[in-house]
Amino acid sequence: MRLNESTRVAASPDTVWHYLADPENYLRFMSGITHWEVAGEKPNGLGARYRILVRVGAAEVGGLVEMVEWHEPFDIAWHSVTGVDQRGRWRIREQGGGKTRIEYRFAFGVVGGGIAGLITEVAATLPVRRQMRTTLRQLKHQVEHEQRRLEVERRRAHHSEAV
Amino acid sequence: MYQELREEPSGLRGRLARFVGDRVGRRLEARLEDRDPDYLREALPWLWLLSTFYFRAEVRDLGNVPADRPVLLVGNHSGGNMIVDTFVFSLAFSTFFGVERPFHQLAHNLAIAWPVAGGLLRKGGTMSASHEHAEKALEAGAPVLVYPGGDWETHRPSWEGDKIDFAGRKGFIRLALDAGVPIVPVVAIGGQETALFLSRGAGLARALRLDRMLRLKVLPVSIALPWGINVGDFAGHFPLPSKITIEVLPPIDVEREFGPDPDPDEVYEHVTALMQDALDGLAAERRFPVIG
Repeated sequence: MRLNESTRVAASPDTVWHYLADPENYLRFMSGITHWEVAGEKPNGLGARYRILVRVGAAEVGGLVEMVEWHEPFDIAWHSVTGVDQRGRWRIREQGGGKTRIEYRFAFGVVGGGIAGLITEVAATLPVRRQMRTTLRQLKHQVEHEQRRLEVERRRAHHSEAV
Repeated sequence: MYQELREEPSGLRGRLARFVGDRVGRRLEARLEDRDPDYLREALPWLWLLSTFYFRAEVRDLGNVPADRPVLLVGNHSGGNMIVDTFVFSLAFSTFFGVERPFHQLAHNLAIAWPVAGGLLRKGGTMSASHEHAEKALEAGAPVLVYPGGDWETHRPSWEGDKIDFAGRKGFIRLALDAGVPIVPVVAIGGQETALFLSRGAGLARALRLDRMLRLKVLPVSIALPWGINVGDFAGHFPLPSKITIEVLPPIDVEREFGPDPDPDEVYEHVTALMQDALDGLAAERRFPVIG
């Protein structure tokens, strides 16, 4: 099952990128997430691995994922290594006027299970889509807050230099 | 049971008994390699659908299970022979840690020896209940789930569904000490509402010598689908859609908390009291039977 959600935020692509590149931020905005731990020595970048779990229905679903694309400041993509089959992507694109479009793509599959696998995929779509929308709403709130914080910091630095 | 069958005299009856005894005996042997992660992965969608939509299941605090070492998971047993909370917990464990992490459960000999269901249980990592089998799995580094209350607890009357009743069985404490692993209590509620359990039928089981022949201490009587009056629950029953809630408690390091040579009674009281407290909390959250 492939799902795609997007939002426009009042922040620069760089701000969005730096926010998404920091693994410590994920527990702050990812809806339904119960674990997002760095697995291994590399905290981020191509090849970084994370153990993630998301509550869907009666189970916390997830596993080990690896970053397979890391194109600053445009794309971050990951694939599952163990656990539920999944791949995801953040696409960050400048929209002009200080706005950035963030696209969140997520695909998951249930291995085997025949008809139960199909039913499970369809049944899980609704809660997963809801979580993706909430995630984007929370991400928008966080990065816009971060953008405002950076602007205030810049103004203060400018003011100090002028004084 | 199979040993008794193997000791039958010669003759056709004896040969038949030995044949059946050998077949059953092989099924009861603990082979850790019988567990099949691919089978489990393919079973997860069914378990997820049933757990999510039929039993509205909720499993809390799985993070209390150490991720990097074997542990003895000690649960309260519910639901008669249709132990839905075990299936819910297996789903939750497998999705939380991945089917790649070995995980074994101990079950009654009769469940394991069953021709088709027994084979599926073994693929899921279930072994016949014995101290040696559990030790073998723990030594191999796998978490093991045991139900000390066994058939005594799982067939308790429905109105005792919020009571921990291990019938004084303390073998799990020695097992944890021998294997040097912590005990992680797993408390579940809702299983005893999948049917109306009326009586364990302990007296009836003794009168029929089931305790000596089949290690059965009970011959339960319940009202269950689709049978109506259900004696023995040997063929299981169709469970009512009772809400299942499971809570995993923090690990108990018996040796560290009670010393190298602890009093089993003291540890037993401690573990069951902790589990009873948690079960009381879960029971207090329930407003209605079955609905939860």
